[in-house]
Amino acid sequence: MRPVANEAVVSINTDADVVAARQKGRELATELGFVSTDSTLLATAISELARNIIRYAKHGEILIAPVQSGDRVGITVVARDKGPGIANISLAMQDGFSTSGGLGLGLPGVKRLMDEFHLVSDANTGTTVTIKKWKR
Amino acid sequence: MEVPILKQGLYLIASIQAALSDLDLVHLRDALAEKVGKFRARGVIVDVTVLDVMDSFASRTLRDLAHMTRLRGAETVIVGIQPEVAFAMVQLGLTLEGVDTALDLEEGLAFLDKKTKRHASRG
Repeated sequence: MRPVANEAVVSINTDADVVAARQKGRELATELGFVSTDSTLLATAISELARNIIRYAKHGEILIAPVQSGDRVGITVVARDKGPGIANISLAMQDGFSTSGGLGLGLPGVKRLMDEFHLVSDANTGTTVTIKKWKR
Repeated sequence: MEVPILKQGLYLIASIQAALSDLDLVHLRDALAEKVGKFRARGVIVDVTVLDVMDSFASRTLRDLAHMTRLRGAETVIVGIQPEVAFAMVQLGLTLEGVDTALDLEEGLAFLDKKTKRHASRG
C-alpha cells in the first residue's frame, strides 16, 4: 500500500498555530479529494482540538496524516499534549457542557464533526485525542 | 492581520480579508467597540464571507462583539457565514444566540436600515 500523501506535524504553542494546524488539515483534505463540506468539518475539528491544547496544556502537537483501509481513504488527526489531563471524561463528553458560556472542551461537538473519535487522558500522561474522517 | 473598518454613513463595516488568529479577532472586537463611540455609529456590519472556519472562540468573540456594541448604542449584524461553515457551527452547537445575521453585505445594510429607523421613530 503506497502512502497517499505526506503527514504533517504542527507544534501547538500560540493562537497562530491553531490557524496553521487547521490550514494543514484542509490542505491534506483537498489533496485527497475530500468534498468541501468535509474539509470544513475537519478544519473546524482541528481548530477546536488545537484550542484545547493551548487552553489547558499550553503546549502540544497535532499530527495530521492520511489513512487507508481497504478502498477507503481518510484522514486521521492526533492531538497530543502533556497537560493536566481531563479529570472527568464523562463530564467532558456531556453535550451542552461546552456551549454554556464556553466552559467545556467542546469535545462532543468535535465528535459529531468526525466519523471516529477516541480520547485517552490521565493526569500523568496528558491527553490524546484521535479523530478520523473518511472520504465520501 | 488587521481588519479594515470602513465608515459608511451611520454604519461601520468591518470586512475580514483573511483567516484571523484569536488575537486578531479580539483586536477587531475592541476596535469596533471603541470606534462606535468615535464615529457615533448606529450600526456595525462584520463581513465573515472569507472565513472558512468559525470555531468556538470565533463564535464567542463575535457574540461578545455584538453585545458590546449594543451596549454602546449600535446594532451589529454578522454577514456572509458560508453554508459549510454554518453546518460545522451547528454540529458544534455554536448558534450565535442573540446575534443578528444576514446573508450578505446588501442584506446586512437593509437590516440595519430597518432596525435603526425603528429606533429613530420611537425616539
